[in-house]
Amino acid sequence: MSLFNVIGKREPMLDALEKATGRAKFTDDLTFPGMLFGKILRSPHPHAKILHVDLSKALKVKGVHGAICGRDIPKKKYGIVPMAKDEYALAIDKVRYIGDEVAAVVATSIEVAEEAISKIHVDYEVLPAVFDPLEAMKPGAPVIHDEVPNNVSAKIRKEFGDVEKAFFESDEIFEDDFETQPVNHAPLEPHAAIGLADHSGKVILYSSTQIPFFLRRNLATALDIPESRVRIIKPKVGGGFGQKIDLYAKDFCAAFFALKTKKPVKFVYEREEIFTSTRQRHPFKIHLKTGMKRDGTIHVQQFKAIADGGAYNSTAPLMITLACYFIMLPYRIENLLFEGCHVYTNKPVGGAMRGHGIPQVRFAVEAQLDLIAEKMGIDPFELRLKNAFHAGEPHPAKLLVQSCGFSDTLIKAAEAIGWKEKRGKLPFGRGIGLAGASFPSGVSNMSHISSGAVVKIERDASITLLTGAADIGQGAETVISQIVAEEMGVPLEDIRITAADTEITPLDPGTFGSGVTLRAGNAAKMAAQSAKEKLLEAVAEKLEVEIHQLEVKDRRIYVKDQPEKGMSFSEAIKVYQYSDRPMPIIGRGSYMPPAKEPTTLLKEDGNFSPAYSFMTQAAEVEVDTTTGKVKVLKMVAAHDCGRAINPMLVEGQLDGSVVGGMGQALYEDVLIEKGQVINPSFLDYGLPTAMEIPSITSIEVETDDPEGPFGAKESGEGTQLAPAPAIINAIYDAIGVRFKSLPVTPEKVLEALQEKKGKTY
Amino acid sequence: MKHILKLNVNGEDHEVLTDIHKTLLEVLREDLGLTGTKKGCDLGTCGACTVLIEGKPYLSCLTLAVAVQEKRILTIEGLAKDGDLHPLQKAFAEKGAIQCGFCTPGMILIAKAFLDEHPSPSEGEVKKAVAGNLCRCTGYAKIVEAILSVTEKI
Ligand code: FES
Ligand code: FES
Repeated sequence: MSLFNVIGKREPMLDALEKATGRAKFTDDLTFPGMLFGKILRSPHPHAKILHVDLSKALKVKGVHGAICGRDIPKKKYGIVPMAKDEYALAIDKVRYIGDEVAAVVATSIEVAEEAISKIHVDYEVLPAVFDPLEAMKPGAPVIHDEVPNNVSAKIRKEFGDVEKAFFESDEIFEDDFETQPVNHAPLEPHAAIGLADHSGKVILYSSTQIPFFLRRNLATALDIPESRVRIIKPKVGGGFGQKIDLYAKDFCAAFFALKTKKPVKFVYEREEIFTSTRQRHPFKIHLKTGMKRDGTIHVQQFKAIADGGAYNSTAPLMITLACYFIMLPYRIENLLFEGCHVYTNKPVGGAMRGHGIPQVRFAVEAQLDLIAEKMGIDPFELRLKNAFHAGEPHPAKLLVQSCGFSDTLIKAAEAIGWKEKRGKLPFGRGIGLAGASFPSGVSNMSHISSGAVVKIERDASITLLTGAADIGQGAETVISQIVAEEMGVPLEDIRITAADTEITPLDPGTFGSGVTLRAGNAAKMAAQSAKEKLLEAVAEKLEVEIHQLEVKDRRIYVKDQPEKGMSFSEAIKVYQYSDRPMPIIGRGSYMPPAKEPTTLLKEDGNFSPAYSFMTQAAEVEVDTTTGKVKVLKMVAAHDCGRAINPMLVEGQLDGSVVGGMGQALYEDVLIEKGQVINPSFLDYGLPTAMEIPSITSIEVETDDPEGPFGAKESGEGTQLAPAPAIINAIYDAIGVRFKSLPVTPEKVLEALQEKKGKTY
Repeated sequence: MKHILKLNVNGEDHEVLTDIHKTLLEVLREDLGLTGTKKGCDLGTCGACTVLIEGKPYLSCLTLAVAVQEKRILTIEGLAKDGDLHPLQKAFAEKGAIQCGFCTPGMILIAKAFLDEHPSPSEGEVKKAVAGNLCRCTGYAKIVEAILSVTEKI
């Protein structure tokens, strides 16, 4: 029998029926009387000076309530990472990519706003542009931001062991170059914001954000007003995957015009704007050199990773740091050097996307491991197993890994894909492959990455939970409610949750870095504990026992081993009140991931995350050698996410990640020519549909993490690291071609097959 | 120029004074307040705006409201009958086929239209039926599972 009542149950999401009936409200579903509609004018040039913006004709259009450009807004740069602020909501001096924001208009209808936008006249002085990061790094390249003359806006160099010596000691050395493409997050819900202002100068912003408290901070900065004058409310959010982390012009403009006009103001992005002017997964160029010992030990690895950042930083320093840290796991590598940088180009902006810098480097590592295995005559599965990291082992860079099911995920994934029977044994055109990965469950040691929660026990014995965690569709509200229900000994239906309103709910960093379950879950658990203890005090007094003798389960509080001696939750509340204790019963929790032996990220060694998840993905593919099309037949996702609070939601995360990873491997590519996105629509972009999906087997390898709430770790992002390399490795098994750049399109397959044929004859 | 459009939505007759060039999606969301129908692209490429007209699925972002006057239009808000959820709505919720839920109304309606015509489809047929409806969250696996789970129940 399970130890738990609510943890581990396949509970539907709390808001699933709201969504199934069309009642769930997303930002664009909200309207307010007298609401105005906004539109943004974007740059047609990849790089140009703005000489003059003439708004006069736009302002004359009937129904227009305001028009602004860069000169009208506070000269305050913002950015998601404080040390890397480089953006204005509307370009002030120059534009840096096609789609950069130049001006904005609000009007009584969207049609009027569009008409007014077309009447804005901008004088540009076109500047030379640069589109390739290697070109951008050369002396004499166009400078995109004056403060960064070499266009390298973030850098990391991390070394442990003795890399030079280790290469000398290696029996074999492998060197390869890999390349990845830009990928759009493509959340189904377009980005939207609605601003409302009152006469005291306070603004309320409804926004499709995954990070309400950071948005409050960034918006206050950009508007140049105190944080206390900004309130962010997060309605339902239709997916984010990292793209809804940043502040966008739509947020700023909705708030700015609301303050100015004292009317509600709505901005919604079109799909094309989402492709050109939000964020995308950074394309990487990676040079990877690995030194191996004859027995199959990975002795040393050296990385040179160049991330094409596009025109602005967004998360640049964090992204490149993550790329660096998560090649240190899931394998034991004693000697390592990582040199990575983020380079400005005149292209759409890179940002956090599911896995955040890691899928790119993971692809390189896993593709090369297969290559190494072949050259050294070692089975790729055995090679990974041999080098797998284990819990409690000292890590050369001092990561503290307290739970690690990596080997188990490898073994189980290999078993489920039929490794022994199939690898190298399927007919030409069919093949299997696998790849491993690791991901953090949030980041340690940063006080601004703390979560708070409040739990109230109401007079009718229901429980109210306030959390700042931002549910963007992954089910955070459900999972956190399950944690509280378990702690309180009540069924899930007794919990009412209010989430993510910066004025009502306690501070939370939001949804990123896969820290929500661990961070907000721990805060909520602490809050529940503290509320419960207050109630138990009164009950213990009444029953004349000690608090620790009491147990809470099925809405009852009773003496352990004497279930008949006790009372229901509602009786307990009466007992509490009659004992003259103060109402309401409120528990609070503030949680910061522990700072045991922390790293300073860019410099010192040390621990990065409170917990690490581990995973292996295995793929079976079929390559049509006449069309070049690759079909993924089966994917196995074995994932160590600690204890799954809700296995159904974990599976959902795995499924979504696998299919997204497949998209990255085979279909998705933001095609950019001279800075212009040439496929900014679903029609041309290549989002996987139901027709392409493989059969997916998800295997949960449960470990009990000491830091996670009830032993839970992350499950949302790590799963997107390994599908692409697993597929690429399976393609090799199928047709004997190694692809080192993504995506593997039918054209590339045909070309490679041709070339191969040429060689054989 | 505004016109009065006569629309029958979810069994109710409406007279809507609105611009003649408006799409059905715009009229539903803006004039009738039926925001359950979602706009994911406004270009006919995502399926989020799917509604049923005389039982057949249409992309409401590509359909002019004026062209479907006097026809029976069903949106997600009208699917539950007298408070009883449609089996697809229940199945989607219970099977974890809903994550962010933005694609859900369109998915459920396309599935309904399909199952009405094909009461016991194969898995492949279900996948094909929903192939025009995009979902970025679920990887479609649980959506297909949910649809298949109700094939006997309808
Ligand atoms: S909104 Fe109609 S198909 Fe996307
Ligand atoms: S559930 Fe989010 S798009 Fe389908």
